Amino acid sequence: MTQTTGKEATEMKSVEAELKISEQMITGGEALLRCLIEEGVDTVFGYPGGAIMPIYDKLLNYKERLNHILTRHEQGAAHAAQAYAMVTGKPGVCFATSGPGATNLITGIANAYLDSVPVIFITAQVVSNLIGTDAFQETDIIGISMPVTKWNCQVKRPEDIPSTIARAFYIAITGRPGPVLIDITKDAQTAKLNYSYSKCTYIRSYNPYKPLKMKEIESAAILINHAEKPLILAGHGILISRAEKELLEFAEKTGIPVALTLMGLSAFPSGHRLYAGLLGMHGNVGPNKLTNEADVIIAIGMRFDDRVTGNLKKYAGQARIIHIEIDEAEINKNVNVDIEINNDAREVLQQLIPLVNPASHERWIREFRICDKAEYDTVIKPEIKPESGPLKMGEVVHTVSELTNGEAIIVTDVGQNQMSAARYYRFINPGSLVTSGGMGTMGFGLPAAIGAKTGAPQKQVVAFLGDGGLQMTIQELGTILHFNIPVKIILLNNFFLGMVRQWQDMFFSKRYASTELVNPDFIKIAEGYNIPGKRISTREELKDAIIEMLGCPGPYLLEVLVEKEGTVLPMVEPGASVSDVKLIK
Amino acid sequence: MLKKEFTLSIFTEDHIGILNQITIILTRRQINIESITASESAVKGVQLITLAVKTSDEMIRKVARQIEKIIDVIKVFVHTSEEIVYQEIALFKMSTKSLLSGNTVDHLVRSHNVRFIEITPEYMVIEKTGHKSEIVRLLNELEPFGVLQYVRSGRVAITRQVKEFHAYLMEMDNAVRTAKAEYEI
Repeated sequence: MTQTTGKEATEMKSVEAELKISEQMITGGEALLRCLIEEGVDTVFGYPGGAIMPIYDKLLNYKERLNHILTRHEQGAAHAAQAYAMVTGKPGVCFATSGPGATNLITGIANAYLDSVPVIFITAQVVSNLIGTDAFQETDIIGISMPVTKWNCQVKRPEDIPSTIARAFYIAITGRPGPVLIDITKDAQTAKLNYSYSKCTYIRSYNPYKPLKMKEIESAAILINHAEKPLILAGHGILISRAEKELLEFAEKTGIPVALTLMGLSAFPSGHRLYAGLLGMHGNVGPNKLTNEADVIIAIGMRFDDRVTGNLKKYAGQARIIHIEIDEAEINKNVNVDIEINNDAREVLQQLIPLVNPASHERWIREFRICDKAEYDTVIKPEIKPESGPLKMGEVVHTVSELTNGEAIIVTDVGQNQMSAARYYRFINPGSLVTSGGMGTMGFGLPAAIGAKTGAPQKQVVAFLGDGGLQMTIQELGTILHFNIPVKIILLNNFFLGMVRQWQDMFFSKRYASTELVNPDFIKIAEGYNIPGKRISTREELKDAIIEMLGCPGPYLLEVLVEKEGTVLPMVEPGASVSDVKLIK
Repeated sequence: MLKKEFTLSIFTEDHIGILNQITIILTRRQINIESITASESAVKGVQLITLAVKTSDEMIRKVARQIEKIIDVIKVFVHTSEEIVYQEIALFKMSTKSLLSGNTVDHLVRSHNVRFIEITPEYMVIEKTGHKSEIVRLLNELEPFGVLQYVRSGRVAITRQVKEFHAYLMEMDNAVRTAKAEYEI
């Protein structure tokens, strides 16, 4: 039949019209990339695989606008994306395929969740009609990631991609930030949609912008104005809400000493006369001990983690506690407080500063200095300025601190290397420490250094790693080679899982169960990746070796053979009160 | 720690997996769910999950905040048994022969206020609505006659408070919008 009937003609017309529309339409995979660009993303860390191939295929067309860093393992991509977010203040983005790709992210997601870092995880999923059938590389990543994400969602239709991504960014960066995971089926990546994007600005069930609790802020000011031994405990929340200036102004006006949590380090200058030191298990003596003597505690953007509080029954019982915290679920969770201010740290400080009286607490500050002196003589001096014996972790960190003028971004792994870096680097710039706090993830350091350097290429990035942690993610040396990422790696090698060994020494009658390591030649390994390196073991070589490392234009591995059985002190032993912080083993 | 019975009324968006997110929080805190019911609330598109749990005053406060933190949870209300009107429903399947002797049926209707849903020559289905204790009392009485099947529902609860959920919803909605507007200025 050659003649077309009227009906057929209209049908053909509509087919033509549809074809025209479909030319303007783009695939779900491409829509995802455009959404990311709309949100200001320019860097993605990830690893391809079967189910995510349609997204990667489109990524090739956008390589001018989206820089993709191919790590050597999905866990590395997750940590790198987190570190990127921590140094840039923008959310990190991380891609992985379905099944093992997605499950390999879990440690990284949990790490970002516990440390409140916004990372957008995009995982691919098998085609939607195969979900639930145990198909090849199918895993229930929504179920698996539920307890460790701020929010997660599966997308099965391409037209749902823009609104879901918009929601994901809004949730990740507002309120208490955190990781979100979007799982996109392969068919949603390939099917087309009529693309348009608008940012999410409102979710009915989620209110990150709570009205300021002015009544509580006024009561807090009264308490502060009458305090004789007040103490500020500041955490990561200061850095997240960018309240460093307000914290400084508040502390200087009121003359109140400031103690920082591990995640809060660099939120207050280490050299300031009101700086009381690091809190927690391996923190400084002053802030730990005097927490139990303060009459008013002002906790800002911190969550009274058990590593900070020690034994809760013997924690700050004498003090009136003001808790400024954006996450309502953290208030009265571990420590019961007197005044709860469930708002953003910076906004509260801005309101609080005009309400407090100028004051000074010289006698109280002197108590901190007395503690500092005892700690310096017993622990710090022998650690950073030893005159004989093997090299100490503390002196390596101290030397790096001096040679970088405290201006480098410091990345750590977990354990003794981390505690030494936290204790002995003197931070000047806010946000210059990237470490795994809540999770304590060994293997975090190397990939995090990659993410930090990618986010802050103009900064010197120095990673302190242990021989245990390095070997958990050592394959990321491949990423450093591939993308020529000039990170400076300092391997503090003691041939032990040092922190576990320390606990075996102190609490398990020196029974060293599986903590001694037989290690490879790390310099040779680095050489295989075309990364220059040097191994040193004496005090005389230390300074020059660090200068050489810092001056090297590309990446560098400096292996320092340190004291094999060193102990990080002081220590609040597990179950002990912060008052009982120990200076000697 | 003194444990009490609490009823949680959790209003949520209709997001897949929300129940899973809630139970994860209870599981981590080692809290057993005594009963659970889910249905659409009086506000269209908003789900209401009613949970009965036994725990301490302090723990229920913490857990309620953690549940409310879930992105798609709109509001959590914690009630003690005095603050709510609640019911559970139970169905019993009994052999007809066993109940025909004496004035058993008459007694069941008069003293337990039961309803007979279905009667066949072989079996009867009896419905009882009330508190758990009343239902269990009836179960104990029926047991000697041979209970073929017994099932009890989760709790459904209505609050005694005067302010209704949609008022909260409107307030929250306004609060989000004004706070956000202020924040942006």
